[in-house]
Amino acid sequence: MRTIAEYMPQHPFFQGLDDSMITMFAGCAHNVHFRPGEYLFHEGEPADAFFVVRHGRVSLEVRAAAGPALVVDTVHDDDVLGWSWLVPPFRWTFDARATDQTSATAFDGGCLREKAMADPVVGFALLQRVVTVMSERVQSARVRLLDLYGEPA
Amino acid sequence: MTVTATVRRPDADPFVPRRYVVRRHRQDTRDTFTLVLESVDGEPMPFVPGQFTMMQAFGVGEAPISISGDPADPERLEHTIRDVGSVTRALVRSARGSELGIRGPFGTGWDVAAGRGGDVVFVAGGIGLAPLRPAILEVCAARGDYGRVLLLYGARTPEDILFGDDLARWGAEHGIHVEVTVDNGQHAWRGRVGLVTQLISRGGFDATNTLALVCGPEVMMRYAASALADRGVRKDRLRLSMERNMKCGVGLCGHCQLRELFVCVDGPVLTYDVLEPLMSRAEV
Repeated sequence: MRTIAEYMPQHPFFQGLDDSMITMFAGCAHNVHFRPGEYLFHEGEPADAFFVVRHGRVSLEVRAAAGPALVVDTVHDDDVLGWSWLVPPFRWTFDARATDQTSATAFDGGCLREKAMADPVVGFALLQRVVTVMSERVQSARVRLLDLYGEPA
Repeated sequence: MTVTATVRRPDADPFVPRRYVVRRHRQDTRDTFTLVLESVDGEPMPFVPGQFTMMQAFGVGEAPISISGDPADPERLEHTIRDVGSVTRALVRSARGSELGIRGPFGTGWDVAAGRGGDVVFVAGGIGLAPLRPAILEVCAARGDYGRVLLLYGARTPEDILFGDDLARWGAEHGIHVEVTVDNGQHAWRGRVGLVTQLISRGGFDATNTLALVCGPEVMMRYAASALADRGVRKDRLRLSMERNMKCGVGLCGHCQLRELFVCVDGPVLTYDVLEPLMSRAEV
């Protein structure tokens, strides 16, 4: 089984980082496992990590006033989940629920923020990668808002 | 660059509809139906995947509809139609045994055979899966001639997914990697929720040796084509099916004009190197 530091360079999110940064980020990480139905985090709770899903499926959900939760997105193998750890007030804005057996690497948000504050090069490298994930999510949300497959105008 | 030549009987008047009888009528989703037709004169209608016909509900009007059936079975003409207006409503309400008029087939095809020896990626959005279905069936019939084959399909909700039985069979029996994502998923949906273009960046295919065929709403096709090109798929190996207001079907009336192109004869299937400058401008 590969260690976190061995796994990271192959993942698109970390590609381009030098060995010292990989080691630094791996030092803030640990592996986590979730059973189907188990929550990775809940809306409103302190956001203290982001996740790289290694295997499994996670639903990003928002609770509805009545009926089952609404699924706004799903993340799967190799997807990156969570940016609230980087944005004040550092609280999750959705629930994240494992819907399959899920293994992920959790990166400690406080630990990463400290390293980013201490070294702007590290901070920029991290921010650039998180912003790419945010950009993909925003693009996805915007295009889906258009309801392209709905009734033609 | 257009893709393939039109298949049409040389003796046929393209303005005279042929009479067809509805043999099967199937409701696929809330608003989408598939009609299986047979010609009254018993003559088959050979077509190439990607072509469309002008379907006529007598006394109501005509609408361009892509052929969704098997090109190896030209005696059964199959169309998958979404009920979005007066003509399509009359078409989808055509009962078994009733007659419709058909002109065509018209336009260019996908020419999926150009992908032999390499990988093929189908990207479909909504009812855009219907025009791709004949090309997918063509690949299934000669599966060994192709490398990895992916079908990336986006639908509005799980209830709007077309050809569910086909999707399962293409995966299980023909080794096609099928990924389905929906824009809005309920709690019970076990698949993906998200944009279909997100599947492209992670898809397991060799972009340098890939033929990509894309069909869906134009905005979705623009994003999908851009994502495929970013992955390294050559723009002349990236084909899109354009939807325009086709009327005559033979390039005379100009209703479907897209700058110098008549989509009914130069398309509907066109390569991205031709379409990119046309799709990115609002004033064309």
